[in-house]
Amino acid sequence: MSVAKLPHVAVVGAGPAGLRAVEVLVAGGLNPVLIDEAPRSGGQIYRRPPPGAERPAADLYGFEAAKATALHGLLDRLGDRVRYRPNTLVWSIEGKRLRLLADERFDALEVDAMILATGAMDRVLPFPGWTLPGVFTLGAAQIALKAQGVAIGRRVALIGAGPLLPLVAHQYRKAGAEVVLALDVTAFLPKVIHGFGLLNAPATLAKGLWYMARNVLGGVPMRFGARRLRVEGTDRVEAVVWTDARGREHRVACDAVGASFGLRSEIQLADLAGCRIVFDDLTRQWQPERSPEGRSSVVDVYLAGDGAAIGGADVAELTGARAALTLLADHGRPADAARIDRLDRELARHRRFRRALEAAYPFPGHLLDDLADTETLCRCEGITVGAVRAAARERDVDEINRLKALTRTGMGRCQGRVCGQAAAEILARSRGVPVETVGRLRGNPPVKPIPIEGGL
Amino acid sequence: MTPNPTPRPGLFHRLVERTGPVLRFEIDGVPAEGRAGDHLLTAILLARPDLRRFEFAETTRSGFCLMGACQDCWVDLADGRRLRACSTLLEEGMHVLVEGRARA
Ligand SMILES: Cc1cc2nc3c(=O)[nH]c(=O)nc-3n(C[C@H](O)[C@H](O)[C@H](O)COP(=O)(O)OP(=O)(O)OC[C@H]3O[C@@H](n4cnc5c(N)ncnc54)[C@H](O)[C@@H]3O)c2cc1C
Ligand code: FES
Repeated sequence: MSVAKLPHVAVVGAGPAGLRAVEVLVAGGLNPVLIDEAPRSGGQIYRRPPPGAERPAADLYGFEAAKATALHGLLDRLGDRVRYRPNTLVWSIEGKRLRLLADERFDALEVDAMILATGAMDRVLPFPGWTLPGVFTLGAAQIALKAQGVAIGRRVALIGAGPLLPLVAHQYRKAGAEVVLALDVTAFLPKVIHGFGLLNAPATLAKGLWYMARNVLGGVPMRFGARRLRVEGTDRVEAVVWTDARGREHRVACDAVGASFGLRSEIQLADLAGCRIVFDDLTRQWQPERSPEGRSSVVDVYLAGDGAAIGGADVAELTGARAALTLLADHGRPADAARIDRLDRELARHRRFRRALEAAYPFPGHLLDDLADTETLCRCEGITVGAVRAAARERDVDEINRLKALTRTGMGRCQGRVCGQAAAEILARSRGVPVETVGRLRGNPPVKPIPIEGGL
Repeated sequence: MTPNPTPRPGLFHRLVERTGPVLRFEIDGVPAEGRAGDHLLTAILLARPDLRRFEFAETTRSGFCLMGACQDCWVDLADGRRLRACSTLLEEGMHVLVEGRARA
């Protein structure tokens, strides 16, 4: 790569990872394009309310207000050295060509290199009642509050399997909502056992404990180890029912539920860009292979943030900067060796913390074992768990894309984002094989619905 | 489906009061009000417990992810537009059809 020609670089995703990436690229003398589907920069955690619904940063982001404000101001500071394209969906990638949709107009962008920082969404697993109106993801409950200043109901039950649960419960309570239940479907014990690993990131641990303590003090009932979870109601939510470790059944009346079970990376664009996708044992998810320096398996495609591996906001900032420094070095631009060294040390510390965190919140596979055949698996088209089990047993289906072709599971509007992992788990369980052997849903353009005129 | 004559309460609950302008819109011909800065999904769910009919069964939906990922919140407007309600801002004069049109 010659030093003379400035590479044309696109960064997809204006969350903490993408924002730190463009900052480093600009410092390295480049003029990157930053593309995001959302109208304002910030990504998931530092999501900004739309005009008219703004609130003070301290109310919105709590402890993280300073970080949020710093990131929100970043694009203003960089000025016209970044070409920022909000409201722009990257709906496909062909080689180094990004296919875009902005304000109903189609467009394409050829680049020399790209950094994909597409973030994550809630990991969804079905349970009885999960398609009732009034049942949302846990992340959705948080978005309703952050972006709109509303609670998802008047008596809200929150259900999860990860640190987002105590956090959202705390945020709801603080905003004046009534949280009638915070229910964790994983046991309490692993959180104690893995507490030592969690000490690798003392600040994060302190925050987690603080939120948990506040919840207890604030009177939010927090329960662990829930099994046989279901939401009752006919045309709206009436109650959450579950069984505790001793087999006793509990019922809490409520009118809305926020439930999801960890996070999953948004990997479709990396898949379309041709990146090698590998199975991660710890989270039981398929993720694009990423080197510690931020390279994917494809030359000139770099990966940053939760879109490649779940690490949370602070790690997203670090991996964003790291991937951009690698890109600069790969293109013959000077890169700050001391900074790289510092980033690598911090990232190593966070990786230890992350392993402990995942171990503290093991995958709640019991939810899937409990499902009756009649339960909905695909909420786009109402395909049942039984349809998948029948395909596995009676039609000898042992691969997820064949399952999709035969049952339409994963073919709906969400492209398998919501049902994909559960479908694979249920297929694998029916066959009695490890989940990685049934494969993963292949990414298909468009990654989200676009008008037909798109000329596919 | 015969429409239910008794109004059903909204699902969402506003915690932070807004000072911006009131925006008037309609749901199946029934007047409703939102505020500048409300997403279409927010405005509808402040007024009623669900958002749309589900195409594959006699049930309704209220959206799910609120982040543009699940696609469970597409609604029809009387002017022919089809919008993802969780990522569309409410506009004065919108007319949302929940029961009004059979087509999916
Ligand atoms: C609902 C939700 C709530 C969360 N809450 C917290 C929290 O409270 N605390 C915490 O520590 N972590 C939270 N997380 C975890 C979160 O993933 C990280 O904290 C952090 O936001 C990751 O940063 P990122 O830059 O990798 O991705 P994100 O912040 O998710 O940013 C990714 C960006 O990419 C854009 N994008 C994705 N695909 C495309 C495309 N095809 N075309 C155009 N743009 C695209 C998105 O619009 C988004 O703005 C939450 C995650 C979710 C999903
Ligand atoms: S609620 Fe999921 S896309 Fe709108």
